[in-house]
Amino acid sequence: MDFLSNLISGLSLGSIYALIALGYTMVYGIAKMLNFAHGDIIMVGAFAVIVCINTCGLPVWLAAVVSILCCIVLGVLIERIAYKPLRRSAPLTVLITAIGVSYLLQSVAQLVFGSEMHSFPKVISMPTIQIGELTIKGNALVTLVVSAVIMVVLTLFIGKTRMGKAMRAVSEDKDAAELMGINVNKTISVTFAIGSALAAVAGIFYGSTYGFIGPYTGSMPGIKAFVAAVFGGIGSIPGAMLGGLALGIIENLSKAYISTELSDAIVFGVLIIVLLFKPTGLLGKKIKEKV
Amino acid sequence: MQMLNVENINVYYGQIHAVKDVSFEVNEGEIVCLIGSNGAGKSTVLKTVSGLLRSRTGCISFMGRDISKTEAFRLVSAGLAHVPEGRRIFLQMTVEENLQMGGYTAGKETDARIRDVYERFPRLKERRNQIGGTLSGGEQQMLAIGRALISAPKLLMLDEPSMGLAPILVSQIFEIIKELHAAGTTILLVEQNAEMALKIADRAYVLESGRIALSGSGADLARSDAIKKAYLGG
Ligand SMILES: Nc1ncnc2c1ncn2[C@@H]1O[C@H](COP(=O)(O)OP(=O)(O)OP(=O)(O)O)[C@@H](O)[C@H]1O
Ligand SMILES: [Mg+2]
Repeated sequence: MDFLSNLISGLSLGSIYALIALGYTMVYGIAKMLNFAHGDIIMVGAFAVIVCINTCGLPVWLAAVVSILCCIVLGVLIERIAYKPLRRSAPLTVLITAIGVSYLLQSVAQLVFGSEMHSFPKVISMPTIQIGELTIKGNALVTLVVSAVIMVVLTLFIGKTRMGKAMRAVSEDKDAAELMGINVNKTISVTFAIGSALAAVAGIFYGSTYGFIGPYTGSMPGIKAFVAAVFGGIGSIPGAMLGGLALGIIENLSKAYISTELSDAIVFGVLIIVLLFKPTGLLGKKIKEKV
Repeated sequence: MQMLNVENINVYYGQIHAVKDVSFEVNEGEIVCLIGSNGAGKSTVLKTVSGLLRSRTGCISFMGRDISKTEAFRLVSAGLAHVPEGRRIFLQMTVEENLQMGGYTAGKETDARIRDVYERFPRLKERRNQIGGTLSGGEQQMLAIGRALISAPKLLMLDEPSMGLAPILVSQIFEIIKELHAAGTTILLVEQNAEMALKIADRAYVLESGRIALSGSGADLARSDAIKKAYLGG
């Protein structure tokens, strides 16, 4: 039963990674860039909740909405100001810019909130569930269920809606998409908006799971989610979900049964092994073009 | 009536001056052909007309409206469609989704026009749920043309639609172009296959290293010695 509990908290942690990894993978798919500032959006989202609840006394749901909106605006602005002018530049230029934006967000957060950790308010008030010997933390259950719903909705959105199809078209071929009458700039903005909204949600769950938030809190889950996205096949949406969940489970089970200190090493070790056998990740695909 | 008027455009890729002082026009109801050897600048001209590239000088007007600064995606609903070189269908999307993208700005008309395209290309209908990347080259070209038709263009620009196709498919593509023209679509055609292109063209322009070297009716150019030597193999 212990195993099952560990598995469930691994899934819950994994769904946080999956939410973040989705942002990485969608932005990579559409803008062909690694948005290294994505992890820091999580931190901004979490701080927004802290300010809304502790300083302004807003109810939890409103704090969540404000946090999501803040992250959307921030994500779209970052793309417009920092990345859009570089759309035809070398990948390395864009990568360095993204790292710069990441440091900028961390520094501004440190300036505003100081470098110490802030305790994250209790936003999920679901009690621990006990079924026989199986214990499920309420927090983990809510995280898991909400993330699952978000992933289903996102999959339907991308698969079936006009905007979702336009996003797929733009990620395949920007010029061809433009020739179809698709507003490519707008589509890229929408992608950053969705990715940032998912990061805000992940920030709320991450804060509730660990209880503390500081200016650098976003970087570790950011890197792990990036690993998850690569693990699943960067650019692939089901890949990001699968990669995130797998990462969370591996991390939690190695913490429980092998070693807490080594869990990160094990996570990255598994990634390296998978990439050795499947360089495009679990669900990544190589496209053969016909000429 | 003049449909497209290109006046004195100059297009650069960084330092490379790819299109030099090019002017031409396409009148309503015409098939106009742009021929020229590899690297002459044909694709660059089409991309500049459809707004993917910008000219440093001059003016492009479509249906009497200056479009030289209009964003490419806005020209589709204005009636301009561009089938790019190399087909550029969405390889990971199904045939039907590709056609839906062609109707991105067509709204409610899309479904009816997709049915029309299926009627014209029954092969595409059979394969409507197949992923674009798994189609044969000829099927991909049909999809690329079909996709452009969903926006019901007034002017259809085709960049080497016969490229890489077997002779029988090439004639089929030319038949389709003639049919579309007969149905009232104005056509601007870029072709390597000068012989077939000049046969169906009302007028043609010859592009050489970024400049228009010759122009005239399709029949006149087909008889011209210079053209015969350079493009018709004798
Ligand atoms: N993206 C680019 N960057 C730099 N130079 C380019 C680019 N695209 C085209 N060129 C150059 O511009 C010139 C014209 O190219 P363009 O593609 O318009 O020729 P084309 O007439 O369509 O040739 P083809 O028949 O081979 O398709 C060529 O010299 C080409 O090398
Ligand atoms: Mg060309």
